[in-house]
Amino acid sequence: MKKTIKWKLLFLLLVTVVAGYYLYPTLSRRSSLPSLFPPLLPRAERLNLGLDLQGGMHLVLEVVTEKAVENTVDRLIAGLRRETEKEKIPVERIVREGTDRIRVRLQTKEGLDGFRRILSNYSNLQQSSGTDPTELIVAHTPRELKRIEEFAVRQSLETIRNRVDQFGVAEPHIIQEGDRRIVVQLPGIKEPQRAINLIGKTALLDFKLVVEGGNVQEALAGKVPEGQDVLYQRHVDEQGGVIKTPLLVQKRPILTGDLLTSAQVQIDNQTNEPVVSIEFDREGARLFAEATAANVGRRLAIVLDDTIYSAPVIREKISGGKAQISGRFTPEDARDLAIVLRAGALPAPVNIISNLTVGPSLGQDSIEKGVRAAILGGVLVILFMAVYYKLSGVIANLALFLNLIWLVGALASLRATLTLPGIAGIILGIGMAVDSNVLILERIREELRVGKTVRSAIDAGYDKAFLTIIDSHVTTLITAFALFLFGTGPVKGFAVTLSLGVIFNLVTALTGTRVVYAWMTQRWDLKTLSI
Amino acid sequence: MLEILGKTKIDFIAWRRTAFGVSSALCLLGIVAIIQITRGGANLGIDFAGGTSVQLKFQKPVDVGQVRALLGANGLKDSEPQQFAGGDRIVVLSKRAEGSQAGMAQRVQDIFLKGLPDNPFVVEGTNEVGPAIGKDLQKAALWAITISMIGIIVYIAWRFEFKFGVAAAIATLHDVLAVLGFFYVLNREITLLIITALLTLAGYSLTDTVVVFDRIRENLRGRRRESLGDVINMSINEVLSRTMVTSFTVFLVLIALFLLGGEVLHDFSLALIAGVCIGTYSSWFVASPIVYEWRSWERARVKAPVKVKAKAKG
Repeated sequence: MKKTIKWKLLFLLLVTVVAGYYLYPTLSRRSSLPSLFPPLLPRAERLNLGLDLQGGMHLVLEVVTEKAVENTVDRLIAGLRRETEKEKIPVERIVREGTDRIRVRLQTKEGLDGFRRILSNYSNLQQSSGTDPTELIVAHTPRELKRIEEFAVRQSLETIRNRVDQFGVAEPHIIQEGDRRIVVQLPGIKEPQRAINLIGKTALLDFKLVVEGGNVQEALAGKVPEGQDVLYQRHVDEQGGVIKTPLLVQKRPILTGDLLTSAQVQIDNQTNEPVVSIEFDREGARLFAEATAANVGRRLAIVLDDTIYSAPVIREKISGGKAQISGRFTPEDARDLAIVLRAGALPAPVNIISNLTVGPSLGQDSIEKGVRAAILGGVLVILFMAVYYKLSGVIANLALFLNLIWLVGALASLRATLTLPGIAGIILGIGMAVDSNVLILERIREELRVGKTVRSAIDAGYDKAFLTIIDSHVTTLITAFALFLFGTGPVKGFAVTLSLGVIFNLVTALTGTRVVYAWMTQRWDLKTLSI
Repeated sequence: MLEILGKTKIDFIAWRRTAFGVSSALCLLGIVAIIQITRGGANLGIDFAGGTSVQLKFQKPVDVGQVRALLGANGLKDSEPQQFAGGDRIVVLSKRAEGSQAGMAQRVQDIFLKGLPDNPFVVEGTNEVGPAIGKDLQKAALWAITISMIGIIVYIAWRFEFKFGVAAAIATLHDVLAVLGFFYVLNREITLLIITALLTLAGYSLTDTVVVFDRIRENLRGRRRESLGDVINMSINEVLSRTMVTSFTVFLVLIALFLLGGEVLHDFSLALIAGVCIGTYSSWFVASPIVYEWRSWERARVKAPVKVKAKAKG
C-alpha cells in the first residue's frame, strides 16, 4: 500500500473515532463521557435539543432602559437637593425633563455659582444654560447614558439568572441579545405562567408612609399634591377575587428593598396563611427603626411594584429590622415572592416581547415523526445509489455516512443546540454530499464512455468535478455566512449546520471516496469499474 | 451502466422567450407577495406579524364551530381556531399584534376550561410574539439576502465572469420569489420555518446553477467555433443526468418528509419540493439564457457600433 493512502485512511479513521466519541452520549442516552485528552478535546456531552424539539419556554425580554435612566436621574436630583439644602443655596425648582435632562432654576444669580460648585464634584455630567440666566440644564454625557443602559441590561440579566436558579430549572439558558434584549430559555418547564410572573416582575419593594386625611378623590381626578402619589391597595376577598382601593402615600419611600438581606416564607400564627418575612441589613434596620419611631400611629404602606400589599398602623418603634408582607398568598405565590425579593429588583422593568412555549408532547411528536421520515428518506437514497451506481454507489454511501457522523459529532462537541431549522441545515448538507458524489460519478462515467482506462477515468472524473464542487460549495458557504451574520437563534443554527456540512463534505467527497478508489486500483488491476 | 437518461439533445435556448414570460410572471407574483407582506396583507406567521397562538390537545374531538362561538362570546372575535386531522387538536391564532399580548394564551385556556368542562385538554404549545420582533426579523432577512447576493455575484464574477454572477444571483432570487409567490397564492402561513426553507432552496438552486455554468465555462474553452447557443445547450444536456439523479434523491427525502414528517415539517417540505422543481427549471431556462442574451446583445453592439451612433445622431 502506498504511504499517502495509508496516512489518508488513518486520518479519516481518526476523525471518525473522535466524532463517534462525541456521538456516543447522544446515542446511548448517557449524559456525558470524560474528556479524551484533557487539554485537547473537551468532554463529550449529549447533544442539546432546541425547545422546538424537547419542549419548554423561550422568552425574549426587552429591558426598558429609559426607566433605568429616569431612575438614575431621579436619584441624582435627590442628591442635588440634599446638597443644595446643606450649602443653603436657594433653589426655586429642580425637575426632570423627559427621561434624561434636569432643569434647575435658582432664586439668585449667586446661587447659580454655588450650584455650579456642587456640580463640579460630579463627573460624567454636562451642563448648558437654560432660557433664563438663573436656569441651568444638566444631563449625563452620552457615554455615561450608554453606560447606565448597558449596566441596567447586564444587571437585569444577572438578577433574572439569580431568580431562575432559585426557582430550580434544569439547564436554563439566559443570554443577552442585541443591545437591550435578554433571551431566557427554560427547557422542560411545567408551569410557564408562573415562570413568566417570576421573571417579568420588577420586584421593587418600597415602604411608604400613608398620607392620612388627604383627598383621594381629588388626587384621582388628577390633582395630586406635590410629593405624594396615589397607589392602589390590593385586597383578596373570600371568593378569591381581587379588590383595589386607592390610597394617598408619600412619594419618597422611607426604606427600599435593596437593603434587604433575606426573605423567607413563613406561616402566620394568627391567620394560618403564608406570609413573606423579610430582614434588613444594619443600615436598613437603623433607618427602619428611626422612621417607625418618628411616625408612631401613622400607617406604613408596603408597596411592591406600585401595588400596596398591606398598610398596617405603626404601633411602636420597630427595631431589629424585620417586617412581614401578607396578602392572602397561595404557598406558590409566597415562595415566588420570596425568591424575587432575595434575588433583588430589576433596575428597570422588562417587557416580554416574545414567548414561545412548546409542550413536551408536541416536541416529542415532531422529533419522532421527523426522524422517522428522515430515516426512511435516507434509506431510499442509499438504496437508490447502490442500485444505480452499484459498487461506486456503495462507496458514495460510505462517504455520506462518514459525513453524517462527523457533522453530528461536531455539533455535539461544539455544544450546539439542535433545532428544526438546524435539522433542515443537516438535510441540505447531506443533500449536497449526495450531489457531490453524483457529480463525480457522472463525470467518471463520461470519461469511461470516451474509452479511458479505469484509473485515468477516475482521475479525470475527480479532477474535472473538483472545480464544480468547490464553486458550488463556496457559494453556499457565502450564503450561510450572510445568514449567520444577520440571522437570529434558529436561523443561525441553520447556517452553522449547513456550513459544517459543506466543509465536511468537501473532505469526504473529494478525499474520502478517492482514497478508496486509489486503494482499489492499487490492489487490483481493474479492467472494469462497477459504476 | 444503469441510466435514467441516455444521451439527450434538447434545445433549451430555443425555449428562452417562453421561459422569460413564465419567469416574469412568477417573479411578479413573488413581488406582489412581498408587497403584501410589508403591507400586512399576506398570511404571515405570528413569528413575523406578532400575535398569539395556542395549541391544545383535547381528550375528545371538538367542533370548530363550537370553539369559534365560544371564543367570540368571550371577546376574542378575531381569534381564528384551526383544527388538525383527528379533530382533537386545535390551534387558536390571534394576530392582533398591537397592545399587550401578555396573558392572551392564559385567557384562551381559561375560556376552554369554563366553556368545555367535560372535555379536558393539555396545552401543547403557546407562542406570543410582540410586533417589534417581527420588524427586526424582516430587516435581518433583507440584510441577509442583500449580503449573500453581493457575495455570490462577486465570487462568481471572479471565478467565471461578471455576467455569470449576475445571472446566478437573478436565478436564485427568481426561485425564492417564485416559491414565496406560490405560498402566497395558496394562502399558506409564512413562518420562520418557511423562510428557512426558502434559504435552503436558495442554496440548492445556486448549486444547480453553478454546476451548469461550470460546464458552460469548460465547453467554451474548448470549442471556439461553435455558437454560444450550441455550447450552452450541449452543456445543459451533458449535466442533465446529474441534475436528474440529484433532484430525484432530494425528492425521495422530501416526499418522505412531506408525507410522514408531521404537521411541523409539512409546509417546510412542500416549500422545498416546489423549490427543487423551480431551481432546476431556473438553471436551464433562466440563468443560462440570461448569459446567452447578454453575450449576444454585447456581440451585436460590438459588431455594429456605427449603426448605434447613427441612431444616436438621428
